[in-house]
Amino acid sequence: MASIDLQNITKIFRDAKRKRDLLAIDDVSLSVEQNEFLCLLGSSGCGKSTLLNMIAGFEKPTEGTVTVGGKLVDGPGADRGMVFQQANLMPWLPVWENVAFHLRLKGWRKADRRDAAQEYIDMVGLRGFENHFPAELSGGMSQRVGIARALLLNPQVILMDEPFAALDAQTKMDMQEELVAIWQKQRCTVVFVTHSVDEALVLGTRVAVMTSRPGRIRELIALDLPRPRDTTGPRFNDHKRHILNLIREEGMQQRQAAVA
Amino acid sequence: MTALSKSWERAVVPLFILAAWEVFSRSGFLPAALLPAPSVVLHTWGDWIFGFDETSQGNTGRWVADALSSATRVAAGYGIAVVSGVLLGIAIGWWRWVERTVEPTIQMLRPVPPVSWIPLAIIWFGIANKPAIFLVFLGAFFPILMNTIHGVKTADRNLIRAASMMGATEQQLLRHVVFPAALPSIFAGLRIGIGAAWMLTVTAEMVAVKSGLGYVLWDSYYFLRYDLVLAAMASIGLLGYATDALIKVLMSAALHWQHGSTLQSREG
Repeated sequence: MASIDLQNITKIFRDAKRKRDLLAIDDVSLSVEQNEFLCLLGSSGCGKSTLLNMIAGFEKPTEGTVTVGGKLVDGPGADRGMVFQQANLMPWLPVWENVAFHLRLKGWRKADRRDAAQEYIDMVGLRGFENHFPAELSGGMSQRVGIARALLLNPQVILMDEPFAALDAQTKMDMQEELVAIWQKQRCTVVFVTHSVDEALVLGTRVAVMTSRPGRIRELIALDLPRPRDTTGPRFNDHKRHILNLIREEGMQQRQAAVA
Repeated sequence: MTALSKSWERAVVPLFILAAWEVFSRSGFLPAALLPAPSVVLHTWGDWIFGFDETSQGNTGRWVADALSSATRVAAGYGIAVVSGVLLGIAIGWWRWVERTVEPTIQMLRPVPPVSWIPLAIIWFGIANKPAIFLVFLGAFFPILMNTIHGVKTADRNLIRAASMMGATEQQLLRHVVFPAALPSIFAGLRIGIGAAWMLTVTAEMVAVKSGLGYVLWDSYYFLRYDLVLAAMASIGLLGYATDALIKVLMSAALHWQHGSTLQSREG
């Protein structure tokens, strides 16, 4: 059974100022299997985040349906953990309270929340920072808290919206490695939005290359490269060349359309 | 810098003013009764508090009772204003329909000076505690309300998204996200509100109540006891300063998470 199923999704945004409709996503169908790591790859404004937000339940498709685990999505819920581009931590809560925020909502006692949080704090390598406040953390550490918080939900699927985009190159590489390790251990389904070809090729079991305005899926590429992935190997580079060509073609068509 | 030299810094300006004032009133430039010297005021004030030689006549030894009755009115009116201002502020900031239905009325009442309610307050509540409490409420309510609304409206939408991703209901969002996010702004309102509360207790006591620091102030004016007037003014200033300091302590305890990320954290 597919873990996530998108059927004939269309999204039209109403531009109130110019009184115009904008077709953001045009008839996208996509299914993600259990334990898959799907990367949604596209340039900014191609609707990849909108697609992710529809799986999360923050936005509703104009047409089409989204189901997760066979259940129709009609709003955000704890069965889908989301990691945002900014960590979005509650600045008034220490690290462990942020990680265990879901349990606070469920009315757990403080001591139990503290215990439950520790496992996930350890998993993302933040032992020793339990009582720090978000303002005292670096960008990479904040994202780790965000990941731990999503993992604690023990969700069927984890949705990630360019979570490493704001990190420096070294931190980004470390975090990618750790994310793959966590994913292999937790055996969950991940949908990861990114605009970086390298990132998609390092992480994904499949890459969905999107076109922009309106957003469509140009090509679905299955990656059978061994892990850890060798970013300098010939097969990695074959894939990279192929995807870059797709993106270049797409850009040319856009420019021609703009001139015409 | 040591703590001692810091507290010395705080005392420089008040000490300078007191010294200049003492010299000026002793110079004979004005009749001594019109501008009593600080030493005279302090003497009268001391008698008002401790009752040692009846320089403050009928008020001798009655300061604690006077201060308490003013403080009680402040506490009652301010307490009502805090609870209603914060709750209504959250409702107006969160639900559009509450904003549409309630806000125009509130914005029309807000520019009416609380003092102009005095005649009606006296007719409705008589001469006693109630009109003063009503006035204190009016003075403190609006700043607390406006700042709460502002705090709710400027809460980070992404935090609300994050919490609803974790399954928060609307009520939980208000309690666990919106309220703490609005807290810095709410505290700004609380501090403006406490100043207004003291101002209005004293005003009400001059007109509509027969006890408290404001009543002593106005009564002493009729008896030409400007030393008592000044002692009453100083008492009000001191109590206002103390309550504001109390709110500041509560604030830094509640907002300790801001330490290290705001300018405020530079303060000792």
